[in-house]
Amino acid sequence: MSVYAPQRPMTAGPGRRSSPLTWRWIDRLVLALAWGAGIGLCLVGGAIVIYMGVRGIQFLRPELLFSRPAFGTTQNESGGFLDPIMGTAILTAIGISLALPLAVVSALWVNEYGRPTWLARVVESTIEVVAGTPDIVFALFGLALFQTQLFAPFSFTASGGGVFGRSFFAAGTMMSLIALPPIFVATRDGLQSIPMHMREAAFALGKTRIATIRRVLIPAVRSNIATGVTLGVSRIIGDTAIVVLLLGATLRLEPQGSVPGVNVLRGTGSTLTSYIYDNSPAGEGGAPQKAYAAAFVLLVLVLALNFTLGRIGRSSERKGSLTAAQGIV
Amino acid sequence: MRSRLLNPWSDNRAERTLGAVSLLVGVAVIAMIVFVAVQAWPTISHNGGIEWLGSGGKLERQVEAMNNAGTNPTPADYHLRAWPLVYGTLLTTVIAVAFGLVIAILSSIFIVDIAHDRVKGTVVPVIRLLASVPSVVYGLLGILVLVPFVGNHIITSSEKAQHAGEVQLTGQGLLVTVVILTVMITPIMVALICEALESVPKSWREGAIALGVNPLRAMLAVTLRAARPAIVAAAVLATARALGESIMIAMVSGGVSFAPRPEDGIVAIFEPLRTLASFIVSFQEGTGATALKSSLYAFALLLLVGALVLSVCGYLIKLPLRKYQVKG
Repeated sequence: MSVYAPQRPMTAGPGRRSSPLTWRWIDRLVLALAWGAGIGLCLVGGAIVIYMGVRGIQFLRPELLFSRPAFGTTQNESGGFLDPIMGTAILTAIGISLALPLAVVSALWVNEYGRPTWLARVVESTIEVVAGTPDIVFALFGLALFQTQLFAPFSFTASGGGVFGRSFFAAGTMMSLIALPPIFVATRDGLQSIPMHMREAAFALGKTRIATIRRVLIPAVRSNIATGVTLGVSRIIGDTAIVVLLLGATLRLEPQGSVPGVNVLRGTGSTLTSYIYDNSPAGEGGAPQKAYAAAFVLLVLVLALNFTLGRIGRSSERKGSLTAAQGIV
Repeated sequence: MRSRLLNPWSDNRAERTLGAVSLLVGVAVIAMIVFVAVQAWPTISHNGGIEWLGSGGKLERQVEAMNNAGTNPTPADYHLRAWPLVYGTLLTTVIAVAFGLVIAILSSIFIVDIAHDRVKGTVVPVIRLLASVPSVVYGLLGILVLVPFVGNHIITSSEKAQHAGEVQLTGQGLLVTVVILTVMITPIMVALICEALESVPKSWREGAIALGVNPLRAMLAVTLRAARPAIVAAAVLATARALGESIMIAMVSGGVSFAPRPEDGIVAIFEPLRTLASFIVSFQEGTGATALKSSLYAFALLLLVGALVLSVCGYLIKLPLRKYQVKG
């Protein structure tokens, strides 16, 4: 027969939108598992937020935010976490102020100059290596680096001349390595998405490359840089290993030396993350209520940054992208 | 002169300056490798190359000997057999990545293909949230919620009594560690796999559907197949994260350098362990003892080498992807 005649009515057969009810059992199983995985992740996320919210409201008192930690035996006497909050702020400031210029300049050079090509590839690869290195390795590197005599002025020095290598400066420097990859990637992606004719228009007007970068490209990628910085900040405030190893384990800010400002940077202290770690049963404090309260504050900060990221992301191109939101290289 | 003041940087000079600044990161990476390797060298040389990765003796005793030796250790004090830590690291990483990969593939299919826009609008932010929760918060939830739950309700008292001589089963251990680690690394994989699935040309899958395959099977057989390298790349990246996770594991895995023994049967999943990274956190106070400090740096070197190898693997895996214009 030369003419194809359908044997069955088309409504039930393949080719129409098929109902899962007609699928083989294995396909239906996969469909059910996929639903289960998606909903399951939602439930885990929701459970974490609700549980932390309940605990936070239960244990967080406003005065905790504004009082300094004290040495007490019970949870009522051990004070608040003003110093850890300040510690987090100081570390974030140091880390970002070091990472931002480095990352933006690297991204500009790799994308706009990038000669010789192999060297540009090397720079990109090193940043991928930095992104893949565990934070605990950065922490030990920082300890070794700041214990050398060259960097002794930057950290707490014992009376016997032993250099401890632990200070805000040491921890902040290592934090900048953590914040670097997301800022670099966000800036590079932004630069790559700027059409070539924008640069060509600037060149045609007689601008040099560096003038184009300053007047055209940097203003155009400002929102990408902001995305990167937000990601970098949330990496820094969430990091614990570097703080535990490099900031010393003093609950309060302990300035070293007499020069105001610099003495804090040379001194030791704590951040919200190390405060949580120390007050959890894993640390020595054993004040779970304080740990819950601090963790709630930390989670609120992270959620706020996440929300900011969503608002910035709305204006840039890769909105809603999960990889961009996590700063994956 | 005036133009020179307004625009002080010539293009050549700007190129050189920017290039030099970019190379600073490379300098930092090389410095990191050198510093960690130099500090780790005593342990490596006194233990004959890589023999410190082997098994033998009790790790706790060796650490005690290092601590007792103080600042002037003899070569014998460097004796180290770190197999329990290596084993613990491999065990947690492999199990978490295996579970995480399955969950990530299923939920990526759910996000890309199955979920309606409104459902998607809820799932995607939640996954972003899971990715951004700090590890110390995961650790806190683990030690204050999951560990007591497992210790009181899942481990039976007869199991506790049976093993009381060797190890205390409190709930801190492999099970809780792997569960939390899986939750921590799944979002990374979901992000990468989703992106890969979305970048596979729609027409390929439509072709399969036109041939009479149901949409889900077309997804599995065509789209997922095309994105295989990206899935492997996602697994590699997640492995790197899991290897380096320190604080959370230090909090929930139990403070014993014990290695779960498969011959204990089902109880093995409740047994405590330590990983390389969590050992460094737990013994960071021990950097005063020269031998112990060197051992910690040896572990860090191992982690660093692992991360480097994984990042090379990731690069090699992504090569065929570039050929097909599939982003990974």
